Order: sequence, then C-alpha cells, then structure tokens
Amino acid sequence: MAGGAVEVRTTAIWPGGAPGGVAGGLVLALILALTLGPVALVLIQAGGAGGLTAADWAAARFTVLQAALSAGLSVALAVPVARALARRSFPGRAALITALGAPFLLPVVVAVLGILALFGRSGLLNRGIEALGLPGVTIYGLQGVLLAHLFLNLPLAARMILNGWAAVPPERFRLAQSLDFAPRDVLRVIERPVLRATLPGAFVAIFLVCLTSFTAVLVMGGGPRATTLSLAIYQSFRLEFDLAHAASLSALQMALGLFAAFAGVAFVSPAAFGAGRGWRAQGRIAPPDPRAAARIGDGVVIGAMALFLALPIGLAMAAGVTHLPRPDAAFLAPFGRSVAVALGATLLAVTGALALGLALSGWRRGLARAADGAAMLVLGTSPLVLGTGAFLALRGWADPAAFALPVTMVANGLMALPFALRILLPDIQTLRSDYDRLADSLGMEGLARLRLLVLPRLRRPLGFAAGLAAALAMGDLGVVTLFSDPERATLPMVLYQRMGQYRMDEAYGLALVLVLASFGLFWLFDRMGRADADV
Amino acid sequence: MLTFEGVEIRQGDFSLSADLSVPEGAITALIGPSGAGKSTLLSVVAGFLAPTRGRVLWRGADLGPLPPGQRPLSILFQDQNLFPHLTVAQNVGLGLRPDLRLSASERGRVEEVLGDVGLAELGGRKPGALSGGQQGRVALARALIRDRPLLLLDEPFAALGPALKDEMLDLVARMAGRAGTTVLMVSHDPDDARRIAPLTVLVADGLAHAPVATAVLLADPPPALASYLGK
Repeated sequence: MAGGAVEVRTTAIWPGGAPGGVAGGLVLALILALTLGPVALVLIQAGGAGGLTAADWAAARFTVLQAALSAGLSVALAVPVARALARRSFPGRAALITALGAPFLLPVVVAVLGILALFGRSGLLNRGIEALGLPGVTIYGLQGVLLAHLFLNLPLAARMILNGWAAVPPERFRLAQSLDFAPRDVLRVIERPVLRATLPGAFVAIFLVCLTSFTAVLVMGGGPRATTLSLAIYQSFRLEFDLAHAASLSALQMALGLFAAFAGVAFVSPAAFGAGRGWRAQGRIAPPDPRAAARIGDGVVIGAMALFLALPIGLAMAAGVTHLPRPDAAFLAPFGRSVAVALGATLLAVTGALALGLALSGWRRGLARAADGAAMLVLGTSPLVLGTGAFLALRGWADPAAFALPVTMVANGLMALPFALRILLPDIQTLRSDYDRLADSLGMEGLARLRLLVLPRLRRPLGFAAGLAAALAMGDLGVVTLFSDPERATLPMVLYQRMGQYRMDEAYGLALVLVLASFGLFWLFDRMGRADADV
Repeated sequence: MLTFEGVEIRQGDFSLSADLSVPEGAITALIGPSGAGKSTLLSVVAGFLAPTRGRVLWRGADLGPLPPGQRPLSILFQDQNLFPHLTVAQNVGLGLRPDLRLSASERGRVEEVLGDVGLAELGGRKPGALSGGQQGRVALARALIRDRPLLLLDEPFAALGPALKDEMLDLVARMAGRAGTTVLMVSHDPDDARRIAPLTVLVADGLAHAPVATAVLLADPPPALASYLGK
C-alpha cells in the first residue's frame, strides 16, 4: 500500500507525553538484557562449552527427554479430558473447569509435596500396596518428575484444548447433528481441526515450561539418571561452588531454551498459554455422544481427572490443618519476605506488561512479532541461569547473598511478564479500537490518558494479571535457592528445607499457609480489578 | 470556510478525491452509497487519517500538522462517544480539560451545559444508566462545551428510532444555529439532510462533489444518487 493514506496512530498513551514506544522499548530492552545478559556474562566466564563433561551432556539429554515426555503425555491425556468436558454437562462442571486453572497458581513445591503424599514412600498408594503384602513402588527419578509435571500441566493443556472446542461455532455442531454425522465424521470434520489448532501450541508451551522446570526435578529427580541442566546448575553452584562449571551449564541451558523458544514461535502460532482469564460459565459445548461406551468412558475420564487434581492437594492440605505453624519469627520472617518479594515482582510484571502491551499494539507487525518472540524467550529462560548471571555480575562489587531477595523479585517479575502480557493484550487492543479516536479527538494525552482511560478500562485484566503474578512469585522456589542463607529464606524455601529434614508435619502446615497466601493474593488482586468495574 | 484542496485518499482498492469548499456557519450533509467514503472524508478532517495527496484547510490554514485534539473541531462517532467508566459530568468535563482537573467554575459550566441539553440532575450517572437518546445528548453537550467552530457528525444517531433521531437532529440544528457552528454531517438517509442541512455533498464513484442545495439535489438527483435512492 505504498503511497496510500496513512492511518495516524497515536503514541501519546504513556506518561510524560513520551511516545508510547519509548516505554515499551525500554521494557523490551530490559527483557533482552535479563534473558540474554546472563548468557553473555556466563559465556565470558565459562570460556566456551569446553568445560562440559559427559554427565553434563547426559543432563542435557535428560532435560529434553523429560520435557518432551511431560509435554507429550500432558497433551495426549488432555485430549480425552477436554473432549469429555466439551460434550458432557454434569453438576460441578463449571467448578471443575475453574479448578483446572488452579495448578498454574499452585506453588510447585506444594504440588510436589501433594504428589509425595499420594505416591511417595509413605504415601497413600504405597501404604495400600504394602497392606496387600506387595513391594512398594518408588516415585523418585523420571517417573516422579513426569508425575509432577503432569499434575501441573495436564489440567492446563485440557483447558487450552477445551478453549479450541469453545471456539467452534455452535452452528457447526448443529449442522453435524442435522446431517446425521457418525462419531467418526464428527472426529474428521470438527474435532481433528480443533486438535490441529490447539495441540502444537499447547505442546510447545508445556515443553518450554518443563525445559526450565526446577523445583519438581529438585525434589523428584537427582542422581546420574535424573538430573536436568537446571538441577546441575544448582548442584555445581551450591554443592561444588564451581562457578565456571555452573556458567557453562547455564550457557547450555540457555542455548536449549532459546532454540526451543524460537523453534516454537517459528512453527507454531503462539497459542494462548498460561491459565487464561476466567471461564464463561456455560453448558456443554458439543452434542453428547449417545453411545453407552462413550458415556461411561467420558465419566471415567472426568472422574480420573478430578481425582488426580484433588487428591494430592487434598491430602497435603488436610495434613496441614492440624500442623499450622506457630506465628513466631521463624515463620513470620520468611512469610513477610515472600509477600514482599511477591508484591515487588507483581509491580514489575504488571507495569512491564502494560508498557510493552501498549507499545506492541501500536507497533508495526514485524516489530510486534519480534517483541512477542521476546516474551517467548522469557519462557525459555531458566531462573537458575538468571541467578547465575546475577551472581557473576554482582560478585565483583557486592555480596551477592545480600541481593538474594531483589534478584528473586526481578526474576519472578520477569517470569510472570509473558503471562501478564498475554492477559492484557486482547483488552489493550479492544481499548484502542474502541476509544483511541475519542481520546485523540479530545486531546487526552500522557498521564491524563493513563489515569482516566487506560487504567480504569484495563482494571479487570490488570487485577487478574497482578493476581497471577503475585501467586506465581509467592510460591516460587527457584532462584532464591541459589544463594540464599537461612537469614534470607522465603516461605517456599523453608518448606523445602523442612521436607529435606523429613519434618513432614511442619512441611504440611507450611504448605497450607503457602497455598492460602498464594491464592489469597490472587483473589485479592483479582477482586480489586473486579470491584465496581463498569462494562 | 472548510476547503478540500486537491485531496486524494487511497487505501488499497479504495480511492476518493475531494476538491471543494464548504461554507461556514451552515449545516452540510454528506450523502452517498455505503463504502463511498463519507466517513473516511470525516476521518481526514478530524486527523485520524492523513490524505495521500492534497490538504484540508480551515479558514485558509492547513489542518495537516495539527493532531486530532488540537483541530478546531469536535466529532461524534457512530458509537463509543462516551467513556462508560466515567460519569456523565466527567464525560462532558473532558471537553473543557482532558485531564479532568476542573475548577469550581468549570464544574458549574458543565452543569449549565447539561441543563441546556435537558440532562440537569443526571451528571452523576454513568452512561450505561442512560437511554440511547440521553447518551447522544451527553455527547452533544460535550461538543457544546468544547465550543469548536466545526462539528463533524458521523451518523451518531443512526441507532435511534426515527422520532428520537429527528429530535436529536433538531437539537443539533438549534445548537449550531445559536453558536454559528459549521456542521458536516454524514447520513445515508436523505430525510436527515432535508430536515436540517441546506447543503449536500454527494459522495459517490470515488468523488466528493461540490456542495449544492439539498432541495435541488434531491428533487433532481444525478444518476449516481438516483440509483442509490432507488429512483
């Protein structure tokens, strides 16, 4: 359209009258610095990949293997769940679909604790098996890692796929019924396109998350056969104090993450990852398959999903009720630290996502797509790499341990940013198409526009994104493990220590508090966004 | 006088040229088939779209360099004329100060204008609590308080019923007559033009024609208009 009429796009949306692109550009630069900066530092430190041993390459292979298996199993098992939820209506359906979003907010360390309570050495399952006089099963190793990743990601995958079902125009199902489609015709004409549209995106998102997963592997993995790169970084950092080795491992992890992220963006339209915002309470989407076998099958699938979701958490929470921590300094100090870190990370994630989102919506398509890729880059970044980079950067002039909490805060803010951006972007686009012209014609600019238009109109998604960021940060046991001492421990870290000391009763009590705090923060922010918001 | 000086707008397959002047202080209707570019022409005047070629002049001064908010005009869109999260008084107050830091006398002025359009006492409500006609009045009140010499109407009353629409058009005519406002009004209904616009610009076949007397144009429509009107 060279020489065509030019749509005059406003850039006056961000404070100070500065072009909106400047703030967004700053955030983008910050993202790149925080994701790629550590790699540069680490590479200088490591002097190439020469320092890698056979064990390191084994860790790299295991990292990819467990991520691929986790993503593949999650997606494969999510298909029947989504399908059953799409074509059945039953009491509690809406609640179950809402609950499918919960593992995303659940602190990973608590999820792992719950899995152990069910499948662990002295868990419900093994006690049952032993009561029958059979040898117990062990959960540690690949199967434990997979189980934890399944618990965390299968429900999300089911929701992503269910969203695909919900996007099918209802007329198409009615048409299929009126044409008397057999189930296999429905599969071919309607269901297969849905799966083709949703599965690759879901797979890539889960693969990336599992590639950099740390907590689940820390507890369930370990040993020469079940060590990921993130865990290897942690071990060489904390146990061997071999910084150079940690650095070369970080470089390898980063290369893997970058490659996967860009391959993902290149081959898959970035599907909606994360918890997704809200779910319209609605009945079943597709007509029910009337065959008895299908009905029973769907019932079993739905029941199994609900049990798999509810049992581990229920067991851990129930055990926690009777062992709530005493409100002394040993509990209150880490609790306060975690809340402070969570609030700081929330502020970073939400302001960053808002600035980037406002800029993205005004940028040309190529630039916007590149920035979108940068957000995926964050998904491929291991917090452990970020921590290693921060340690290397700080080492020369300060005590890195003193910065454990600020670094954790920044890392958590960065990790939550892509999710916050995903939540905000659609509403930002709606906001712009609805009100940009009106605001322009009235000369609303800069801070006035932010205060009177952008913040009030985006209140709901901002509240939801803030809740998500706060919950994620509250429960995160990641970078803080790298260089935190007991004086600076966060609540998830204390919980992890109690598990390591086999003080399980205390662990259950702390887990309950941590879950309440995470979901409480989420509820609080989400609620703030909803309070008297005008449609 | 509002002058389109060799204006050409091209967007993909779409093209429109305008080389005409609209006299000051009158209401001029823009009539033509949908897709002909009536709204696009208003967008160019309002500053949302830069013409491919040519200039738009107001009283001889090029509007091109001015951002939308600084142009000597107010515009009413087809919808989304009000911010639903702000009260009626705040929506009108934006016409005085886009940052809404209003002085006591400015607040008094808002009340006064709301009274003028028949919405006294409703300043505290949100737009969602008003009827469609009342919402139109709020938007008109804001245009009134901004007191710009040019008013662009992009079919803001199209969703109202015939009686209510006529009432709003009459209100526009009264307001414009009192303040000497120049009004440019998009319409797909020749009755609207007949009712309040002495002049009409026909927009059809990629060309915005020079304004002619509405009565004359509608009595003896040229072929492009005749086929649109179904005559």
